[in-house]
Amino acid sequence: MKFTRRSVLKGAGAGLGTAFAASLFPQVSKADDEIVIASLFDQSGGLDIYGTPMTMTCELAVEELNAAGGLNGKKIRLIKYDPQSNMQLYAQYAQEAALKEKVDLVHGAITSASREVIRPILSRYKTLLWYSVIYEGGVCDINNFVSGVGAVQWVKPIAEFGFKHRGPKAYYIGADYNAPQIIGKWLEKFSGDLGGTVLQRDHFPLDVTEFGPAIAKIQEAKPDWLATCLVGAAHMGFYRQWAAAGMLNKIPIVSCTFGVGNEHIQLTPEEANGIVSAQPYFQELELPANKAFVERYHARFGSDAPYLNAVGIGGYLGTMLWAEGVKKAGTHERGPVMDALRSGDIAWDGPAGHMVVDPVTNHTIQDMHVAECQNQSWKIFDSYSQLYPSDVVDRCDLTKTPDMNAHLEPIL
Amino acid sequence: MKIALDLKSWNTRGLIFVGVVMLALLFAGPEVFDLFVLLKVILFVSTAMLALSMGFIWGFGGILCFGQSAFFGIGGYAYAIGVINMGESTVPILLSVLVPAAFAMLLGYFMFYGRLSDIYLAVVTLAVTLIFYAFIRSTSGEEYVIGNARLMGFNGISSIPVFNWPGFPNSPLWPDDIFYVATTLLILVYFGLRILLRSHFGRVVVAIKENETRAEYLGYDVRFYKMIAFSIGAGIAGLAGCLFVSFNNFINPDVFALGLAAQIIMWVLIGGVGTLVGPMLGSLALQMLYNWLGTQTFASFLNTYLVFGAIILIFVLAVPQGLQPTARLLALRFLPFTRPPEEKARGGGDD
Amino acid sequence: MDTVALLIIEVLNGISSLALTCAGLAIIFGMMRVINFAHGEFMMLGGYTTVVATNAGVNIWISMLILSPLVVGIIGIISERLLIRFFYGRLVDTLIATWGLSLLLIGIVTAIFGNYITGVSAPLGNFALGQYQLSIYRLVLIGLAVLLFVGIYFVFTRTRLGLIARGTMQNPDQAAVLGISPPRVYMITFGIGAALTGLAGGLLAPISQIIPTVGFTYVAQAFITVITGGTGAITGTIVASGIFGTVRQLVTYETTPIIGGVVLLIVAVVLLRLLPQGITGKIFRRSL
Repeated sequence: MKFTRRSVLKGAGAGLGTAFAASLFPQVSKADDEIVIASLFDQSGGLDIYGTPMTMTCELAVEELNAAGGLNGKKIRLIKYDPQSNMQLYAQYAQEAALKEKVDLVHGAITSASREVIRPILSRYKTLLWYSVIYEGGVCDINNFVSGVGAVQWVKPIAEFGFKHRGPKAYYIGADYNAPQIIGKWLEKFSGDLGGTVLQRDHFPLDVTEFGPAIAKIQEAKPDWLATCLVGAAHMGFYRQWAAAGMLNKIPIVSCTFGVGNEHIQLTPEEANGIVSAQPYFQELELPANKAFVERYHARFGSDAPYLNAVGIGGYLGTMLWAEGVKKAGTHERGPVMDALRSGDIAWDGPAGHMVVDPVTNHTIQDMHVAECQNQSWKIFDSYSQLYPSDVVDRCDLTKTPDMNAHLEPIL
Repeated sequence: MKIALDLKSWNTRGLIFVGVVMLALLFAGPEVFDLFVLLKVILFVSTAMLALSMGFIWGFGGILCFGQSAFFGIGGYAYAIGVINMGESTVPILLSVLVPAAFAMLLGYFMFYGRLSDIYLAVVTLAVTLIFYAFIRSTSGEEYVIGNARLMGFNGISSIPVFNWPGFPNSPLWPDDIFYVATTLLILVYFGLRILLRSHFGRVVVAIKENETRAEYLGYDVRFYKMIAFSIGAGIAGLAGCLFVSFNNFINPDVFALGLAAQIIMWVLIGGVGTLVGPMLGSLALQMLYNWLGTQTFASFLNTYLVFGAIILIFVLAVPQGLQPTARLLALRFLPFTRPPEEKARGGGDD
Repeated sequence: MDTVALLIIEVLNGISSLALTCAGLAIIFGMMRVINFAHGEFMMLGGYTTVVATNAGVNIWISMLILSPLVVGIIGIISERLLIRFFYGRLVDTLIATWGLSLLLIGIVTAIFGNYITGVSAPLGNFALGQYQLSIYRLVLIGLAVLLFVGIYFVFTRTRLGLIARGTMQNPDQAAVLGISPPRVYMITFGIGAALTGLAGGLLAPISQIIPTVGFTYVAQAFITVITGGTGAITGTIVASGIFGTVRQLVTYETTPIIGGVVLLIVAVVLLRLLPQGITGKIFRRSL
């Protein structure tokens, strides 16, 4: 513990209160020969399946940037924190990163819950936050850039594929928290436009392992297809029990989350073949930039490194997009970097294709792909080009109201 | 036999020592610590208070509550909902003590008047905290609103206002002030419990723990005393929850989860059952361990869980009595001046 | 009509998976009074054994029924020798020791296998029941759970080993006087408990997914069930599993899984209030 560590700010004899006031506006002039960023992804506990690859890809991004001479001639130093799937540690490490290390960027948070813990802290201490996980959408905060897709970008391909190719009657099951609920509502909204219906929406706590009653209910409702937004290891039992009951070929599954926890590898081909999912990134994407990236990834972390899905790649995409902002700004100071990122000129072609940072929402315009699971790998059969993050655009325009700082829920 | 009631020199010395350390922390804290450490210490103070509540009801009341986290969480949610609705923190702080205390009174009536014993009580309290966990997690829909406060389910409530000066909703406390408030509260609670344990009520509670049947034969209504002690513990846990929520600005259902419920017991076990300082030290030690682990980069064949588990195992095998009693034994052995004259006559530890 | 049949099967499914989850704990906690917080991790190890062995080409039934209990039984005995035996008679202290053990086991498994692995799918296919389709494996699981408890009951009441074990748990000094070595009996009993837990983990692997931290999912419900069962650990666990499994499956079917879970816990609280010594404290008092 650093109980005796004295604050640099305090050294000048600052009074008790002024120390806090000063840290509200941290002096940018710290050790000026390096750029420091912090990664805040769970590498242990229940969320490590998401956080471990995110930390790896973030690390890879920093190494590549440094190998190319750093940013504006300065090397980047990465501080890796492991919040151990514990919200309290998120808060503490965010404070540590902002106040003690005075980092230029915190790249972090996996669940919306953890993001909402650190977002107010980082906005209070004026430290940039990058969030790169697919989520329910709605963050409206000038200090927080998001390269993960929001619900609209996510649900649109699923709804269109499901209602057009699988039939008009859908049944929706998801985990029991905000994101799957909002996604379920979007699905219902899209169903109206597409001439379909959502028969029922059921939600399951994250620790439910026994899906017999749920499977019985779905069979009773006789939907044309099943939309799933299940999350976590316990919920994988659903797919297992669904297949064991012989339902896989009876009622097809179209999922928004299937694959982001590497479900397609954890389940056997007999249990998962034919499941359709829509994601902004698959490791199988046929882009030259992606093929080269996947090669570099395996060269760095070994051939048995985790499969990279839309969540895992986030550590790389977010860091690289931020780096584009730093390059354009010519400095790593927060203000100019924010202006550069929000200039509308930040467009970058990476493993996930063309990405553009949108100044209205601070989110990212990007591609979506629809794929079918075949023998533990994805066959991409349809793509959507440059979808706009329009989740709450009716109420969030950061170009007009830069002081807005909220996590909005769509009004549907 | 009644260690806790002993007013002889060693205990008094111990109390003075604890008091001096705590006051030193109180006054020196903001001078010595920078803002980031200060915020961290504030959090440790809130977990220390939670540990204290468990140390009291278990170590002195003999009530093994496996769901102390329930009161911590209720206190936290009571504060959060209160302050979001009222925009002023004074009443919500009181609520955070009173609501869990009242709930514990009800639950205590249900359990103690039903003569639920040791391990069955533990599992009922565990079930209660898990019921809250499941219930709060299922409140993510828009329909779960209390006044202006959305419960938000699994995601939890964020951007909860911090304490303000009583009567001045627009003057929030700064971290230094919060540190003073939190540390002062901890000192008050600690010495409050010490005084309580020396009162008639406290003596009866300890007597019940030592020998329930005999206390009953002496005419004490065991059920009543246990219920009140349980309720006091819950109030303290609620206050800890309130501090935790206010300084973190967020609360989520994890405060009710098995993880925290079990950890509270670990704090007391690591610190030493039957002491009050021990549990606080135990919570500090575990919190610091968590913190340290998350900033480490381990070799590829190691990971946080492996290192954490190994440390715990080495600890339980090497220090089976807990930190505080072991430290005391070592002090008695190697530091003669800590040895009170009447030490030989006594069995257990106090402070 | 087929809905009723389906519901009966679902209820039996719920009971059998809960009872399997609790079997080992009924012995380790119910009889030996060791609060085994690593219970979930023993299940996880059983699951990993089945998954790894089956993926390596071993017949799935051999993996589940023989390898899982064998491997976890051995791990259990090693844990008992190196750790648990220092804590006998210190009920609450076992909690922290086994908590450390649970973290260590998660850490070791993560270090070896990473944080995910391809699981195994359920064998035997499915059958139609009117308008419904069901897994045959789940029916087999019901049968296996029944067999398992009959087996445990038989071993602990009708065999010499079982009698010695029960006698030693009740009065180790008396047993020692009779020439039995209590430490050995404890070790073997703990090993049996661990093996049963491993077996449960193996049997449930094809209908769930195994990751290093999956144990947390099971541990609370297992303890609540065994403790509600009361002093007659085996009978109590069966009865408590029966009540909880029925309540949870029916309520979940009628409402939502959240309410199902909450109602289960409320039933546990009310049951313990009415029967403060657990179910077997009042009813089936002379049972095992």
